[in-house]
Amino acid sequence: MENISAILYLIAAVLFILALKGLSSPVSALRGNLYGMVGMLIAVVTTFLIMDKPVLALIGAAIAGGAVIGAWRAKTVQMTGMPELVAAMHSLVGLSAVLIAVAAIFHSGVEHTPVQKVELFIGAFIGAITFTASVVAFGKLSGKFGSKAVSFSGQHLLNLLLAIAMVGFGIVYFVSDSHAAFLAMVAVALVLGVTLIIPIGGADMPVVVSMLNSYSGWAAAGIGFTLNNPVLIIAGACVGSSGAILSYIMCKAMNRSIVSVLLGGFGAEPAAAAAGASGPKNYKSGSAEDAGFLMSNADSVIIVPGYGLAVSRAQHALQEFAELLHEAGVKVRYAIHPVAGRMPGHMNVLLAEAEVPYEQVQEMEEINSDFSNTDVVLVIGANDVVNPAAQKDKASPIYGMPILEAHKARTVIVVKRSMNAGYAGLDNELFYMDKTMMVFGDAKKVVEDLVKSVAH
Amino acid sequence: MIDPFITSLTVFVLAVFVGYHVVWNVTPALHTPLMAVTNAISGIIVVGALLQVVDINGETLTLTSVLGAIGIFLASINIFGGFLVTQRMLDMFKKKKK
Repeated sequence: MENISAILYLIAAVLFILALKGLSSPVSALRGNLYGMVGMLIAVVTTFLIMDKPVLALIGAAIAGGAVIGAWRAKTVQMTGMPELVAAMHSLVGLSAVLIAVAAIFHSGVEHTPVQKVELFIGAFIGAITFTASVVAFGKLSGKFGSKAVSFSGQHLLNLLLAIAMVGFGIVYFVSDSHAAFLAMVAVALVLGVTLIIPIGGADMPVVVSMLNSYSGWAAAGIGFTLNNPVLIIAGACVGSSGAILSYIMCKAMNRSIVSVLLGGFGAEPAAAAAGASGPKNYKSGSAEDAGFLMSNADSVIIVPGYGLAVSRAQHALQEFAELLHEAGVKVRYAIHPVAGRMPGHMNVLLAEAEVPYEQVQEMEEINSDFSNTDVVLVIGANDVVNPAAQKDKASPIYGMPILEAHKARTVIVVKRSMNAGYAGLDNELFYMDKTMMVFGDAKKVVEDLVKSVAH
Repeated sequence: MIDPFITSLTVFVLAVFVGYHVVWNVTPALHTPLMAVTNAISGIIVVGALLQVVDINGETLTLTSVLGAIGIFLASINIFGGFLVTQRMLDMFKKKKK
């Protein structure tokens, strides 16, 4: 029986890897997702095979309850709300890792070896940190708590002391087998999860969400070590490395080091960096009709969407406009900066929801060399990701951040609420270039006017 | 006799490498579905929770089994929510692939 279950677990693990592999293209991704579901089913059924006297009523009720809530959230969540949903799910994995570790500690009649004790300790504390940190991230993303970074003096010292206390209780548990010490360790880890995340500002949340994605995987792998269960270890390790890669990609796209994100404080600083701009500068502004005229007479248009677009729910109208341009023979493409949304790949999903064809959506590296051959770039709801200062101004805080080279196009149209600076508090010289036309107003209103201007 | 920990560690290290290479091949456009599906996959922790919900010396309602059941409940939210929301997103990407 044990050999059969080991083989079945192996099959499940392979199916999980295939599920991730499927995501290399949208065509294979759906099949991949199916593999993932089958893998999960096999893993659960196999577990029943090796269980000694399972309490079926309790298990059935728990699965049914989770299924109903999970399915309901999956059906009803707004695509703009994906980061919150993902953060909430990370917290659930973290909490269940904690519960499993505590349940195992209180499992009467089961002796834990020294190695298992260490594993339980690691699984529980990663789970506990993941849980509370994700709850804070969820709160910041959904606006339930302020998204501002919370910093106070001695913050890092406090975290260090908490970490030492946590390890200390862990050692007490290891030596004395005291349940109380284990619970105290978990309690400290729960507090640590909060204090680690509060200094990180809302703007860095894409990195934090990716990082917690990684933690939730490591937590699962940690529990897998305790139970010597290969499918948990493999699935956990894959999720852990996936989250780590996404964190790395996000950090690179924002030109931030993971260390500086974790130490926090970004976004809390006043906009002192903008001081370099001296005196009033001239910019040209125009109406939506002017912009519509320019674009309908262009050969090629690249649209640079930012999160402001999604905030004003303008993506459907924008796609309608792009469709009209396309019908008029204009080559239309979308250029996506990795941090255009609030989590990795978020903008792509928002555009997909608005039925923008996949082929028209291009990533930064693919499209950057094309800006110089493009007639019109339409920047909408984006700011820092098209700021040329990132390439030219060594004094700029965003210097070195990869940007979409919108300033190289022949004409630039920027749709913006007002001349206010972006989240980084920086002025953007793109707005003052001779070839730039500003169109002021709410993104949705402007796009609707654009549609009207080219529709007749 | 090899300690089970060493076997687990071997599996773990190899799996990290596999995960690393597989995930670098994921197209950036699908990074949000990737996160959602990894949420579902980390629901595999349900296996650990299931193993706690057993009859211990004739007792079915113990602290261990109740904590385990809560763990199953939470992990099931992840499994069902994660796979279904991934499906929903991927359908959006597919729809326009006429």
